[in-house]
Amino acid sequence: MIRAWGKKEQSIESTEAKPVQIVQKHPLAIRWFHWINFPVLTLMIWSGILIYWAVSGDGTDPANHGKYTITLFGHTLIRFFPDWFYAPGANEKTHNPGLYSLGARLAEGMSWHFLFMWIFAINGLLYVLFVALSGEWRYILPNRNTLKDAIHVVLHDLHLSKKPLPERKFNGAQQIAYTGVIIMGLGSLITGIAIYKPVQASWFTQLLGGYERCRFFHFWLMMFFIMFFMVHFVQVVRAGWNNFRAMITGAELVAEEAR
Amino acid sequence: MSQNQIDPRQQMTRMSRRSFLWAGAAALTTWKGIGWLASRMEDNGTPWPFRRALEANDSVAADYFGPQRLAPTFSESKITKEPKANGDYGIDDADFDPNEWTLTVNNVHGKSEPVTVTLDEIRKMPVTTQITEFCCIEGWSQVVQWKGVKLADFAKIYPPSNRSGDDAPDIESHPEKLVRYVAMATPNDGYYVGLDMESALHPQTLLCYEMNGEPLTLEHGAPLRLAIPVKYGVKNIKRIGSITYMDQKPADFWAEQGYDWFCGL
Repeated sequence: MIRAWGKKEQSIESTEAKPVQIVQKHPLAIRWFHWINFPVLTLMIWSGILIYWAVSGDGTDPANHGKYTITLFGHTLIRFFPDWFYAPGANEKTHNPGLYSLGARLAEGMSWHFLFMWIFAINGLLYVLFVALSGEWRYILPNRNTLKDAIHVVLHDLHLSKKPLPERKFNGAQQIAYTGVIIMGLGSLITGIAIYKPVQASWFTQLLGGYERCRFFHFWLMMFFIMFFMVHFVQVVRAGWNNFRAMITGAELVAEEAR
Repeated sequence: MSQNQIDPRQQMTRMSRRSFLWAGAAALTTWKGIGWLASRMEDNGTPWPFRRALEANDSVAADYFGPQRLAPTFSESKITKEPKANGDYGIDDADFDPNEWTLTVNNVHGKSEPVTVTLDEIRKMPVTTQITEFCCIEGWSQVVQWKGVKLADFAKIYPPSNRSGDDAPDIESHPEKLVRYVAMATPNDGYYVGLDMESALHPQTLLCYEMNGEPLTLEHGAPLRLAIPVKYGVKNIKRIGSITYMDQKPADFWAEQGYDWFCGL
């Protein structure tokens, strides 16, 4: 018998000699939503960058992407994106096309973006619906202990605290990150609609601060998705095989004495 | 743990094998599926599944389109200084003389021959001025003041026919009976756009001869261009040489190169 994930489970590596038990961790539906979202969001980011690059410009023209920079005291620290990002390794003299090129692929970017937006939106909405109705939201939504817990997790991960991590399905840092990424998904959807149909949905676009501001938010949400992914990836590697396998099989091995 | 129980580690291995086979199959299907999508035969510049998707999006947009929904308007202080001119497709011939220019209107109701309209005649039509956002499909936007005649007012003088052909057209009360499209092209036919009749008759769709308080320059489309804020910039054709009312979906310069035909905002 496989039992459900309890309040206190101690996840262990399967090589350890302790008596172990299998517990169900991630429902099948959530695993599907998660793994469908992975390639879809990747394609949305890739095609979004193709659209963004339609006007790469030199960053000086106020009508193009010069505004997407990080500027400190009037000094531009970074422009999105630097020239090398456009076609890494490309060399006109040797006719080396580089690793990839993002130039002149606007129609291609729009084609992919406006097909996969439907899958992204439907998958995301079904996920939210499932989490709300199944009760899974209890593990994900932050509560009054979350912040304290999250600070502890961050200190622990930075080796500044030796107190062991809480043995729960999702700790405070995960609750904040996962709730945050759901809100980001919703944000991308809303700002996406606002810039896709700024006339038919103009009340909406204006409510969010206008066309240009919505484009700005849409861009930075994409950047935050990439940052989320990098942290998520590192944390999954750190958490180990047993934890990762649970996102595929749904179940995890835990120490039996933790019952 | 009693001896007759299955070892959880062995059970986990079995479960994992099954799940990872599923995962592998799903990953392979996704990879192959994406490759399949990207390698389909092209239909007007994009693999056909994408063309079908763009068309489906277009019909959703056309269904949702409401002529009462207006593009936001702005105060004069928001007008973009030094507006970009961008593309010069169809207006790049050096020997073009704006003083010789006339507009040709095809398929005007009750006329068997094309009608010729001069700029002076257009200037005498009801004048509309508006400050709207010009959104380029490339992503940039600028706020522009346009002055000209509403295409809907122009169409009252030079009306399209009804689809049935017989009864007299009524632009204001029964626009749904009209032929469904308007095609516009530069005098040399180097650039051409297709518009759905609803967007063409939208109250903010103007045939313009002035921009930001000055007569249009050649690079911005003199002597007459279209300002259609319910569409992306690509539909705002410069130097209009001909207007053709028709019931078949007209050809469109950029829609042939992988973009969607409707381009509605």
